[in-house]
Amino acid sequence: MSIKTYAVAIRDTIAQEMRHDDKVFIMGEDIEVLGGIFGCTRDLAKEFGTERVRNTPITEATFVGAGVGAATAGMRPIVELMYMDFTYVAMDQILNQAAKIRYMFGGKAKVPLVIRGQQGIGRGNAGQHSQSVESLFMHIPGIKVACPSTPAEAAGLLRTAIRDDNPVLFLEHKALYSTKGEVPDDPEFAIPFGKAAIKKEGKDVTIVANLLYVSKALEAADILEKEGISAEVIDPLTLVPLDIDTIVKSVQKTGRLITVHEAHREGGWGAEIAAQVMERAFRYLDSPPIRLGAKQCTLPFNLGLENAVVPQVDQIVQAAKQSLYR
Amino acid sequence: MDRERALHIYATMNRIRKFEERAVQLFEANKLRGSVHLYIGEEAIAATVCSLMTDQDYITSTHRGHGHAIAKGAMLDRALAELMGKSTGYCKGRGGSMHIADLEKGNLGANAIVGGGVPIAVGGALAQKMKGEKHFTVSFFGDGAANQGTVHESMNLASLWKLPIIFICENNGFAISVPTWQSTSVKDISVRAAGYDMPGETVDGNDVMAIDAAVERAKTRALNGEGPSFIECKTYRWKGHWTGDPETYRTREEVASWMERCPIKAFRAYLLNNGIAKEKELDDIEQAAAAEIEAATEFALNSPEPDPAQVMDDVFFVG
Repeated sequence: MSIKTYAVAIRDTIAQEMRHDDKVFIMGEDIEVLGGIFGCTRDLAKEFGTERVRNTPITEATFVGAGVGAATAGMRPIVELMYMDFTYVAMDQILNQAAKIRYMFGGKAKVPLVIRGQQGIGRGNAGQHSQSVESLFMHIPGIKVACPSTPAEAAGLLRTAIRDDNPVLFLEHKALYSTKGEVPDDPEFAIPFGKAAIKKEGKDVTIVANLLYVSKALEAADILEKEGISAEVIDPLTLVPLDIDTIVKSVQKTGRLITVHEAHREGGWGAEIAAQVMERAFRYLDSPPIRLGAKQCTLPFNLGLENAVVPQVDQIVQAAKQSLYR
Repeated sequence: MDRERALHIYATMNRIRKFEERAVQLFEANKLRGSVHLYIGEEAIAATVCSLMTDQDYITSTHRGHGHAIAKGAMLDRALAELMGKSTGYCKGRGGSMHIADLEKGNLGANAIVGGGVPIAVGGALAQKMKGEKHFTVSFFGDGAANQGTVHESMNLASLWKLPIIFICENNGFAISVPTWQSTSVKDISVRAAGYDMPGETVDGNDVMAIDAAVERAKTRALNGEGPSFIECKTYRWKGHWTGDPETYRTREEVASWMERCPIKAFRAYLLNNGIAKEKELDDIEQAAAAEIEAATEFALNSPEPDPAQVMDDVFFVG
């Protein structure tokens, strides 16, 4: 085990995988000398050279598309997007191409492509650099969606993503990059997709959260604990594939469900989880599921406004109490 | 051009023509659904370009992609089965007319997003370069796609990274109903290559020998690691954009004048006039194509429908 930041865990995993398989390479904006604006590719070009660590022009649609083509042609590209908001520039290549090629071509193609980068609030980056995109991609069949919330999970899930023969959208959170945690040194350490992590066990209410909101949910759980309410906190880790079983099992125990994410509340992944839980465990519910998410407006620049848009810890606490009619 | 390849090109053009004519018949007989975009009149391009390629060389294709697929090695029977949505089709009936792919033959797929295949082709060429292969990629696209941002981004990236790729713009005069002069800032689209520091040339897309010479040059350049080339093939779409197109945007005289310049007739005349082939040989090739499409039609009509129980297969690779 080593103590690493989330950013270094990502960087080291990329390096390990590039050593492990010479078909793995990475391309994106400012990744070579600068090492990415968050340092996730720092010094990789020194070890692997600029053939395998490629600076691209600012042409997201095309370098994502080149990743799709290279993957279909037998390479294992990692495409770094500087901000996940830029997936919207490359949407055709991600959703019409990468996600559909295997199915549309009758199952003959493999597209082992990882599109990774950071998203979310925390640095005052305003409306086009602060969005949370995971719900949108969960809707389209053919692309996996991973969202790590700790350095170890970042390492373990990224390895699984790179070794997966399907396109994976790997969503990091900019506010998590400097967080630290223990990461196994084993270069084979991997966390399987489709297995949720129970971050804290509890018996009164289930809180499902991802990315930055896992720590906020745990903070809320601590506050609730002091008030005699035992919250179970679950991180799905991957939305596609989704481990709904672990969540359903938890709700069967607690009888209450809160979903909380930074992605917009309306049409957010929390709604999907709430719906699936109601389909499968309706009679276990003692109160209606509550969904927390960003308000349905563009992420504003001003910190006070930004905080007013995204859920706060006290709102999670209130939602949990509400679910218990307290 | 050696005789064997010349005859192969002639055969391919005829096979494409027969395939497309049969596709219309089947569509009109309600045996096909969806959109059928025909390549009739443009056969010289795919047939000639792909005659210079191996199975390890890649292409990306377009919504008007039957000709590319056939020229790159697709069998008429499985291609027609795909148009009919049958389980024996290249994509098991999931892709249809606009999505025929055959990776074993180096066809990275047709694409129903205009310009969508071009960045993918750049990726194919990037993979070839990184693996150190002596192979190259051709991206076919139309005059409509030539104005898409991704096509320009792709040309820049391919030139910057000196990728082994040939951009083949099939300028058939129309993007559905919009004539090229109304959508495109330049008369010859190939002049845009200069902006990306690569050679660009415009050739008669109905002339096999002109296409062949240009592609030979571009192929040599690609395989020598000198980077991409841009070839605009000026041609004409004989049929409407789709079956049922009212074609109010052009005159019958204009269509007729291009039909007089039929690439198959022209190449036949070339082969005969230059003593490359005899009448009988060429007749035999045409008859073989006719027989092949009959057998392909039987195959496709008699092929089973895909099993709805398998509709969720292949969303993801599982292994």
